Amino acid sequence: MNPANYLYVSALLFTIGAIGVVVRRNAIVVFMCVELMLNACNLAFVTFARINGNLDGQVVAFFTMVVAACEVVVGLAIIVTIYRSRRSASVDDASLLKR
Amino acid sequence: MTSNSLVYLIALPLFGAAVLLLSGRRSDRWGHIFGTLMSAGSFAVGVSLFLKMLGNPTGERALTQKLFSWISVGSFQVDAGLLADQLSICFVLLITGVGTLIHVYSIAYMSHDLDRRRFFAYLNFFIAAMLLLVLGDSYLNLYVGWEGVGLASYLLIGFWNQKPTYATAAKKAFVANRVGDMGLSLAIMIAFATLGTVSFQGVKEHASQASTGSLTAIGIMLLVAATGKSAQFPLQAWLGDAMAGPTPVSALIHAATMVTAGVYLITRSNFIFDLAPIAQLAVAIIGAITLLFGAIIGMAKDDIKKALAASTMSQIGYMVLGAGLGPAGYAFAIMHLLTHGFFKAGMFLGAGSVMHGMNDEVNMRRYGGLRKFMPITFATFGLGYLAIIGVPPFAGFYSKDKIIEVAFNAGGFKGIALGTAALLGAMITAFYMTRVVILTFAGSKRWDDKAHPHESPFLMWAPMVLLALGSVASGFFFTRGNSLRNWLAPVVEATPSHEGELLSPAVVSILALVLVAIGVGYAIIKYLLNEVPQVAPADVTEFTKAARKDLLQDNFNEAVFMRPGQSLTRGLQVADTKLIDGAVHGIARFAIGSGNLLRKTQTGFVRSYAMWILAGAIALVATIWVVTL
Repeated sequence: MNPANYLYVSALLFTIGAIGVVVRRNAIVVFMCVELMLNACNLAFVTFARINGNLDGQVVAFFTMVVAACEVVVGLAIIVTIYRSRRSASVDDASLLKR
Repeated sequence: MTSNSLVYLIALPLFGAAVLLLSGRRSDRWGHIFGTLMSAGSFAVGVSLFLKMLGNPTGERALTQKLFSWISVGSFQVDAGLLADQLSICFVLLITGVGTLIHVYSIAYMSHDLDRRRFFAYLNFFIAAMLLLVLGDSYLNLYVGWEGVGLASYLLIGFWNQKPTYATAAKKAFVANRVGDMGLSLAIMIAFATLGTVSFQGVKEHASQASTGSLTAIGIMLLVAATGKSAQFPLQAWLGDAMAGPTPVSALIHAATMVTAGVYLITRSNFIFDLAPIAQLAVAIIGAITLLFGAIIGMAKDDIKKALAASTMSQIGYMVLGAGLGPAGYAFAIMHLLTHGFFKAGMFLGAGSVMHGMNDEVNMRRYGGLRKFMPITFATFGLGYLAIIGVPPFAGFYSKDKIIEVAFNAGGFKGIALGTAALLGAMITAFYMTRVVILTFAGSKRWDDKAHPHESPFLMWAPMVLLALGSVASGFFFTRGNSLRNWLAPVVEATPSHEGELLSPAVVSILALVLVAIGVGYAIIKYLLNEVPQVAPADVTEFTKAARKDLLQDNFNEAVFMRPGQSLTRGLQVADTKLIDGAVHGIARFAIGSGNLLRKTQTGFVRSYAMWILAGAIALVATIWVVTL
């Protein structure tokens, strides 16, 4: 199977994730879209590793996964805290820095 | 010869001023007596020094005292030193003698003033500064005294500064004096630049090595200084307003001593002017212009003090004219200065006595017939009057006629022009002084019933009597055997030149007396035989109107210097606010504006930031794609 197809899937996933981040208001969904973009990147890394025949891309993919796991922990904690204090998970409501 | 007592001349009045100013109201009760004693002490020191000088042979009379090394920079050495030579000691005796008399007079004149102690402090300070002026042995030391008398003059003109016009008069005098002071400082700088020294002795020795051009420059700058301090044309406008000060101040500072400092400066600098004929001629011309200028103004003034001030200006014009005539005239300029010190101070004190008896009224048209009420004032004023118009054998006859004679004999057209001006001035002087005397003391009474004219107390008329004696006898005393001239000869190197003279002394005296008689006669017809209106008539010629306004000198200064100066400052102010402040504010406004623009991008919405990041990433990728294509 042509490895380029994996790249197309990766680009599609990234685009869906990016659009999700831009258009959705719910913080959880935005967060999931960010994860989607990260995973799209991971897919691209793995694919390039396969194309080039070395392990560099796979190493970076693992690295990304570890960082993403940490980020999920911190990010979810922040979202839950905001929800508790403001009774809303909308990212547009959390614009306090503007004022 | 050195003498250690010179410093006491200055130290005594300076100590008096310091004590009176620092002790405050505590010395109110005895301050005036203390101040007078300090001045009298200075006079006593002056007399003893004079006697000491008399005892020395002619060539060794000058006394010097080095106080301390003042400025020592490389080759530039200035010592704070004092020099009392034959010229200085004349001034010392005049300043301390007349000064002490005026201190005594002021005790009574200022007795009702709450600030009498402060007045005496300033008077003492003036005496000290004026003595420093005439005793300094270098131009720089002279300059210190020069500024000191300017300050004293300012403080005393504005002594009653609760009246805004008086405060303005003080400021006017100060500003006019500053213009002159600038001339003096420039002269000192030029002297140092070309001769490398500023002491009188050094400049005298090196003057012949300098170029005529630089000597002329020094001379002209010294003349500018003299015009400022001595109220000569074109810086004379302040003297009339200076009459705002108490009358003793007018008598001491603005008649007898300070205003003659310019004459002292020119006479002292004779070694410069004798080598710079152009500057010397300029001095003579300025003197001739001023003596006519002042005399014309004097004819039109109804304020007794302003009439006397105009007369002072005119008489100093005579002295400057004399000093501008070179070695032949210096001694007579100083002689006129000394006799003028007596008679003009006496007349000012007389005017003060009249004002004292007339509720401080100064308008002569509101006087009239006062001789019956103030016989002593009338007698002393009358003697001063006879002296100033030059009736023999009173003092002015000797000094003024000599200046006229020297002017005529200056040679050529210059001599005729200057001599004619001086003669004309004598006639006008006779007219306006007769006018003052008639309006004040003769005729019918023109004051209202509120005034109760009375003779002044003893402390006031005693100094007037002594000054009147001086106006009677001083001229005769100075002229007898050419005593003053021979006395001053070592300083000013007078060369008696009687060859090729245009008019002999007798002819000049007769001419002058005839013209004086005409002036007196006209004044008698106009003011004694005709009724004097209480209000100055308005239907007079434009010339008279101009003379009443000081020959439009103020208008001229205002139009030529004040208005353009004001426009300049206003323009600079506009440039400051619009250009400089504009630039600074503009930069600030630009920063604020661009900040406001950038702030709009900061919405606070996470999604819009994400949008920007996305757009940036796409732009980055697109750029890389385009570049690698």
